[in-house]
Amino acid sequence: MPSTTTKSKYWSGMRDSAPFLLIVGPFSVLFGVLATEAGLNIFEVMSFSLVVIAGAAQFTALQLMQDEAPTFIILISALAVNLRVAMYSAALTPYLGQSALWQRVCVSYLLVDQNYALSHTKFEAEPTLTTSQRLAYYFGTCSLIVTTWLLGSYIGAALGFIFPQNLPLDLALPIAFLSMIAPMMRTLPHLIAATVAIMISIFAAGMPYSFGLILAGLAGMITGAQTEVWLQRRLKCKKL
Amino acid sequence: MNIDKDSLWIIILTLGIGSFLLRFSFLGLVGDRQFPPRLLRHLRYTAVAIIPALVAPIVVYPNGSGSLEPIRLITALVTIGVGIWTKNMIIAIIAGVTTLFTMLYVII
Repeated sequence: MPSTTTKSKYWSGMRDSAPFLLIVGPFSVLFGVLATEAGLNIFEVMSFSLVVIAGAAQFTALQLMQDEAPTFIILISALAVNLRVAMYSAALTPYLGQSALWQRVCVSYLLVDQNYALSHTKFEAEPTLTTSQRLAYYFGTCSLIVTTWLLGSYIGAALGFIFPQNLPLDLALPIAFLSMIAPMMRTLPHLIAATVAIMISIFAAGMPYSFGLILAGLAGMITGAQTEVWLQRRLKCKKL
Repeated sequence: MNIDKDSLWIIILTLGIGSFLLRFSFLGLVGDRQFPPRLLRHLRYTAVAIIPALVAPIVVYPNGSGSLEPIRLITALVTIGVGIWTKNMIIAIIAGVTTLFTMLYVII
């Protein structure tokens, strides 16, 4: 009996992830196309997608490589973009921390925005799930998303040449990034963090080694965090 | 383009290891212990700070042809505006791409 419910959790995770393929699919194809345009061969594109599995971080690294930024700036920027997965890891630990080490290694390797969002919502809504049911659901959400990410990267890399040459592909990346980031602007601190980062990045664009990006990112983070503290304090004052 | 292949592999492997360690941080190493709230508060704003900072100079200082500049700016503004308004990534992409192609092939 437990194995049937575990299996059904796997399938329900897979089903729930299906709508996200509309996002993951086009993004992965775009990554394949842009990486190929930048001079990567299929093996390099696929290694990138298989080893890193992180859309925003991969796009960031690709853009900065084309800007010929120094390697350490590329690494810092791409990892900074990916820092949020540490928060996902923290959020899932109460639910999956009991599982075996090799299972937690697999959970970690596959962790991206979509399967985190689905699983965390599910685990909160159904607190009676056992650890193995949670794992089954989680791996269910991963299976289509990660295979689509890889398949899409391959399709983009293999078929990129069929896209017309005069397409303004240099604008594809800003559109992809902005659409990714806009739904995250849920609160005032998020908006202020982004605004400060944008202003500083524009004024500091001439700094050597793409250092302006790091400066703008740090300034945005600090401003966002400070605004949050400030708003909470004001809320408390009003209550008193 | 001239991407150096040695640094490409350094970047792929380091990003792979680094991303894995970020994902494994709590699940594998920290367990149930909590990060200091101060640090978590800053982590919340990394993506919304770094990504716009990466995009803004591409939009404002294009190194390509000069005629595209207003188109870039308007496309970017429409994408982010529609995205913030609808909170929907796909609608934002459609709005951005539609704006871009309308300006490229209809108006000009």
